[in-house]
Amino acid sequence: MESAQPGARLRLIELTKRFGGVTAVDQLDLTVAAGTYFALLGPSGCGKTTTLRMVAGLEEPTRGRILLDEEEITELRPYRRPVNTVFQSYALFPHLDVFENVAFGLRRRGVPDVTEQVRAMLSLVQLDGYDRRRPAQLSGGQQQRVALARALVNRPRVLLLDEPLGALDLTLRRRMQLELKRIQTEVGITFVHVTHDQEEAMTLADTVAVMNNGRIEQLGTPAELYEFPATAFVATFLGRSNLLSGTVVGRDGDDVLVEAYGQRFSVPVIRARRTAGAVLLGIRPEKLRLVGTVDEVPAGHQAVAGIVTDAAYLGTSTQYLIRTGWGGEFSVFVAADGEARPVPVGATVVAHWHPRYAFLLDGGTPGGTPAVPVDPAGAVPANGVGPR
Amino acid sequence: MARRLWRRVADHWVLAAAALVLGYLLLPVVVVAGLSVNRPSSRLSYDFHEATLDNWRDPCAAPGMCAALLRSVQIGFLATAISTVLGTLLAFALVRYRFRGRTALNLLVLAPMATPEVVLGTSLLALLVAAGVPQGFWTVVIAHVMFCVSFVVVTVRARLSGMDRRLEEAALDLYASEWQAFCRVTLPMALPGIVAAALLSFSLSFDDFVVTNFTSGTTVTFPMYVWGANQRGIPPQVNVVGTAMFAVALLLMAAVRLRGRRARQPAPPSRGDAGAASERPVSAEVG
Amino acid sequence: MSGTYRRLLPYLLVLPGGLWLVVFFLLPAVQLVATSLYDPAGSLADGYAMTWAFGNYPDAIRAYWAHFGRSFGYAGLATALALLLGYPLAYVIALRAGRWQHLLLVCVVAPMFTSFLVRTLAWKAILADTGPVVGLLREVHLLAPDGRLLASPVAVVTSLTYGYLPFMVLPIYASLQRLDRRLLEAARDLNARPAQVFWTVTLPLSRPGVVAGTLLTVIPASGDYISAELLGTPRDYMIGNVIDAAFLVRLDYPQGAALSVLLLLVILVLTIGYLRRGAEEVG
Repeated sequence: MESAQPGARLRLIELTKRFGGVTAVDQLDLTVAAGTYFALLGPSGCGKTTTLRMVAGLEEPTRGRILLDEEEITELRPYRRPVNTVFQSYALFPHLDVFENVAFGLRRRGVPDVTEQVRAMLSLVQLDGYDRRRPAQLSGGQQQRVALARALVNRPRVLLLDEPLGALDLTLRRRMQLELKRIQTEVGITFVHVTHDQEEAMTLADTVAVMNNGRIEQLGTPAELYEFPATAFVATFLGRSNLLSGTVVGRDGDDVLVEAYGQRFSVPVIRARRTAGAVLLGIRPEKLRLVGTVDEVPAGHQAVAGIVTDAAYLGTSTQYLIRTGWGGEFSVFVAADGEARPVPVGATVVAHWHPRYAFLLDGGTPGGTPAVPVDPAGAVPANGVGPR
Repeated sequence: MARRLWRRVADHWVLAAAALVLGYLLLPVVVVAGLSVNRPSSRLSYDFHEATLDNWRDPCAAPGMCAALLRSVQIGFLATAISTVLGTLLAFALVRYRFRGRTALNLLVLAPMATPEVVLGTSLLALLVAAGVPQGFWTVVIAHVMFCVSFVVVTVRARLSGMDRRLEEAALDLYASEWQAFCRVTLPMALPGIVAAALLSFSLSFDDFVVTNFTSGTTVTFPMYVWGANQRGIPPQVNVVGTAMFAVALLLMAAVRLRGRRARQPAPPSRGDAGAASERPVSAEVG
Repeated sequence: MSGTYRRLLPYLLVLPGGLWLVVFFLLPAVQLVATSLYDPAGSLADGYAMTWAFGNYPDAIRAYWAHFGRSFGYAGLATALALLLGYPLAYVIALRAGRWQHLLLVCVVAPMFTSFLVRTLAWKAILADTGPVVGLLREVHLLAPDGRLLASPVAVVTSLTYGYLPFMVLPIYASLQRLDRRLLEAARDLNARPAQVFWTVTLPLSRPGVVAGTLLTVIPASGDYISAELLGTPRDYMIGNVIDAAFLVRLDYPQGAALSVLLLLVILVLTIGYLRRGAEEVG
């Protein structure tokens, strides 16, 4: 049944790559379902491009296997793999025109009549009539389309995209994202898209894998990743999070009780990655509400008091920085829905949230380093802050 | 396993080919070094006869050779000094300014390189004879400067055009006068190109036979000496000079390399995710 | 700085070098053409009369067309061989040598510091009748038992190829070095086998280097007379040998000048034709 699909399922098994003493990719296990749009998201140097290059056959894995459906391709030369790549900064052949660039792969495989296919592909990426232009005569967005057409025309089982939109300006990037999504739906090929832009990954992908230090931190749909991150890295790399380091002190029915900075908080047990010991309590800035006094906090909500130290108007929302009593910082996004009144810098406020929006992460063993450096309270100078 | 082996062969045969070509390039140098420690059985013989260090102990034993060598060095230094200055000025003007006649000048600079030496030599001889100028030491210097200038311009220009003009602008912005910016920024950065050009000039001048042959009159340079000696049989000391020149060249290049390494710019970004902007969302942490 | 000074500055920079080239390159070239039109009946001792003797040219061609043919035959062959040998070396240095790159470049450049004449003479030792190369070739019957390499076109072409090989390697190296390696990866990714990558991407993109290398080899090689003089016989003499003899031995300046001008013209025509064809193919 899978062979009827244009796209293949991609499986990586314990894939490892070392450069000298540096481990770029560390025993990666990953399955990308056939015909889906998959994003590998991570900061630069996390090993995502190396992973992609191993799938393309441009880099030899130190260890591990790569499978397309049931077929092993680990040992295959790049030109024997039914996989093509859209390269970062495109790598268009400067000595060939657009038509010949797109026809390149077909000609190498000895396809007899390429005109029809090339024209159809140029039409798919909306570049009709550009056949005889040279890459140097095209804009960045047009070059990007040629690179896409050049890879897609070969009908690969899996299309690899290495930061394909990285060189485009923001507006064009947004437009090309929609375009990529449309094309993927149209051709049904498995897309594996590498990016460091979390918004791009979330816009495009059915499934996102967040990579860090050569490992996958979490894999899931964009909503899963955002709503319930598995690690502190994911919580802060994908959007923002306020993280409080604390200790689990007990259970109350379906809630886990956490003590942090002398305050008690509760988190539903289904929202907890860890239910004992050192934990990080996370809450997204847009899930917080601001009120003037503790009395205004709705029943069942949790609250932290502090002073507004900064307010930045962002159009769709206003971002406040709140200095808490223990010297930590909270960020709060207040939607610009016309109802919230601006809060002046210096005002005393109470930030509150419903427990079902909070999440609990592994806080690392005491003395061990958590995935994200969490400043102990003392590290933040407490001059002039705290309740008066 | 066999497939892997075959793949390795397919991947690496070009290395073997290159090694053979490199051997072809270096073989004569090895032979020259060998002949430099050879005592030939007769004057016209090229056979390896008997190993000896005599040639190295007294290279000047070959009559007239050291005088010719000295003359070549003198001519080399003079020609290098003049052509490096003239060529560097030309290169600066060609890279930095748009002026009337620039295209024609470009052509004039390239033309000597595209002209066979024998034509350069005969035309100079024709002029010298027509003007009644006697040929000798100075006419050789003039001729050498003429063909060296082109190479200096090309070498220095390559260095200059690869240079970031904004560095000069930054110097001007930081209160340097134009002259100071030139001395403190432009010149030091162009220096490797100028040094390379000077080295190239010296080697071209020192090694030149054809143009020298037509402009030297009775002056004997080292290549002229070798040419003349070929009729009578080459003294083995000639090979000592050849080997020594090779060694000096190696040392010079090593020195340039070491200096260059010290002044190296920071290493380029590592592979992998190189180029991806490291814009990480700001993480708001509470502690 | 005053405006006048600024306007004059480029001319001041250009003046000494430009003047040198005009007086010692351009003017001699004009004089060479003039000399080629002198009355061939004159002599160096009595002086030559300018008679616009265009007949010097057909005379020179009639007498030495074979040498012209041999010059360009040998030079063309040497250039083809240099390209064949030099390309793989340049390729390896630019793309495969890694940290050995610099050392290999030194190996290409350093021999040029050992005098050209001395190295050419070394070929005399290598190709000597009693040497190992001749011995081996005789052994495998590629050479008759009394066959020789010295004093033959083989020796001359070997030496020409050798002498100008670095001028082929360096420009090709430079253009391969500039090549964006991601293009090679893209080609591999687009189903090109190694050989296809080479023919469809590497070679076309290194074309400027090949063009420069070819010109830098064929031009000096066609005017060379050291190789033919040292390793060949008069039967292998090239046009350079004839010009040299005309000026320095026979003292027939008009004929020597005519031959020189002809050599330059042929090279000019070939170069322009070659560059134009190259430009057409690139499009």
